Amino acid sequence: MGINPEGPPMGGAEAAQLDADELAETKGSRLDKLRGRWRALPRWQQWLVLSIVALVVFFLPVINPPIITTEPGTDFPLACFDMARFALVALGLNVVVGQAGLLDLGYIGFFAVGSYVAALWTSSDSTYVHIPFLWTLPLAMVVTVFFGVLLGIPTLRLRGDYLAIVTLGFGEIIRLLASIVPALRGNVGFQNVGAPPGTHDGKQIFDNSHGTPWYMMTVAIIIVVMLLLGNLERSRVGRAWVAIREDEDAAETMGVPTFKFKLWAFGTGAAIGGLSGAIFAGQVGFVNNQKFDVATSMLFLAAVVLGGSGNKFGAVIGGAIVSYIPNRFIEIANYKYLIFGVVLIVLMIFRPQGLLPARNHLLAAIGRIRQWTGTASGQPEAAAATDAGRITLRKEEDQ
Amino acid sequence: MSTAIPDPADGRTVTEQEIADIVAPDREIAVSVGEPLVVLDELTVTFGGLTALDHVSFEIRRGEILGLIGPNGAGKTTCFNAMTGVYKPSHGTVTMEGASLVGKKKHAITRAGVARTFQNIRLFGDMTALENVVVGLDARHRTSVPGAIFRTPRHVREERESIERGMALLEFVGIAGEATSPSRSLSYGSQRRLEIARALATEPKLLCLDEPAAGFNPAEKEELMTLIRQIRDDGYTVLLIEHDMKLVMGVTDRIVVLEFGRKIAEGAPKQIQEDPAVIAAYLGVEDDDDGVA
Repeated sequence: MGINPEGPPMGGAEAAQLDADELAETKGSRLDKLRGRWRALPRWQQWLVLSIVALVVFFLPVINPPIITTEPGTDFPLACFDMARFALVALGLNVVVGQAGLLDLGYIGFFAVGSYVAALWTSSDSTYVHIPFLWTLPLAMVVTVFFGVLLGIPTLRLRGDYLAIVTLGFGEIIRLLASIVPALRGNVGFQNVGAPPGTHDGKQIFDNSHGTPWYMMTVAIIIVVMLLLGNLERSRVGRAWVAIREDEDAAETMGVPTFKFKLWAFGTGAAIGGLSGAIFAGQVGFVNNQKFDVATSMLFLAAVVLGGSGNKFGAVIGGAIVSYIPNRFIEIANYKYLIFGVVLIVLMIFRPQGLLPARNHLLAAIGRIRQWTGTASGQPEAAAATDAGRITLRKEEDQ
Repeated sequence: MSTAIPDPADGRTVTEQEIADIVAPDREIAVSVGEPLVVLDELTVTFGGLTALDHVSFEIRRGEILGLIGPNGAGKTTCFNAMTGVYKPSHGTVTMEGASLVGKKKHAITRAGVARTFQNIRLFGDMTALENVVVGLDARHRTSVPGAIFRTPRHVREERESIERGMALLEFVGIAGEATSPSRSLSYGSQRRLEIARALATEPKLLCLDEPAAGFNPAEKEELMTLIRQIRDDGYTVLLIEHDMKLVMGVTDRIVVLEFGRKIAEGAPKQIQEDPAVIAAYLGVEDDDDGVA
């Protein structure tokens, strides 16, 4: 010990976590090494870097960087919004699939419910009471949670493949209901879905053809959602989800009310899916039954798996990539399912954990743990090993 | 380096009493030994036509270490599973302090105060050792999704206590140095110890250990016996399934012997060793058992 015992109190906050990982995967790839170095950084430096990244991401459509831009094929701000929308969906699906390990193939159903909530309460074609668009966002979340619980109560007793089949059915049921139920107007759909208020120079800010304000709003929502999900992750709830994913029976035996927490995972995921659906409806301004097919559901799942199932940053990146590629390389857009299929197969062979693997960071006060275990900050590589040895030695001396 | 909490790294010995206080603040040491804690009455479990447990009755007394032994297939693990809610008994009752455990969900039984380990280790492999233990501690926590999202004071307090108690438990079973290692990468012996720590974390009244010494060498078995005695001395009641006769005879206060799903003997280790039925059923085939333990 004693090399830097008085180090910054929260300095290298995640170093303790890192040691373990470093020891476990000594042969890590370049990406993993980068991850290791990232984790060794002090907490405030991580926040600084993240803030800068968030700022750049936030103004991405304004910056419109040359090579990255999707123009002239696709309007770049609109492409950015599409990325953000996918990222938000992936973030929600990641809670269900990545965290709790419940394979949901019908996630598009929640997205559809959110879209229809926004349409029904704001569109000029709807006969319902009209409310301001921004109010439909929480309303969409509440309604989709209701649907999530409705689907979850009978189906969450099922496991693995069976759950996947039932959720697949749910996605289809929602799509078919949209076609059959007269109030949902099938193929005709709803025109003029609402938008957030505000005008600039006499023109509406949140216009259907203006991607930038929609994009910025969505990114802001993503950041808030990620912060709240982070809180969930480092709590009893996040631990229960990971425990269920790892061994449901053992979790139950350790006192985890598995059904309740699976339902919470479903509900949380559904709420985020509904939120994304409502924003999507607002931006496009038109909702009908054509956009909620199973293939899109698979695309959502591909985003989560690609980014790294169980890692919220991974899910966001995965979602953005899945949306970005067809917009950027418009000549191959028709082959996107083929390409994603091949990419996923290759990924499963060479990097089955996804781009950013799940990080089990399930306890908040890592700094305290470091005090206990005596992990020195600043030298994450060997710390765990030597520490383990030192503590046992010390114990023997004492006895 | 000095910290407010008793720190194993600061060179000061943390006394076992101190650790025990953090491990089990609410334990009931004062309760007299001998009063029945869990009572199995006519417990019967059938799988199709096979009767795995046949009208088995015995009681587990507060503060004792009760050994449950018998040849392979005698129904020991079935008995465990029926008590902890994995199987539904077709007949008979299991009561804990007068309240029935039959028909309760597994997690409800854990909250009622029965914790167990698994014969084949079942840790959460991706979690660190400390996180595994904290999952067990969560059984006593009340924060749910809203509390965690908004980081309520209760949530923050529970999290802080979790880490302190979790580390104390790891210290207690002797693997505190590996707290931040993924449990998958722990050695076999450490994994077994971690399972015990995780079960203790749920603050059980009764701790059920299913062959905790399987695969241990004699030195490790010796350490395990010490640990089991410590657990009992801290106010827990222990039910121990074990193949190793030396360990069972050495550590238990009383023994129940099963054979073909029936109870054939019950008594102090000395009595059991001399019981003709037991000798015929079990001790007579010791060589076979060593092979499969």
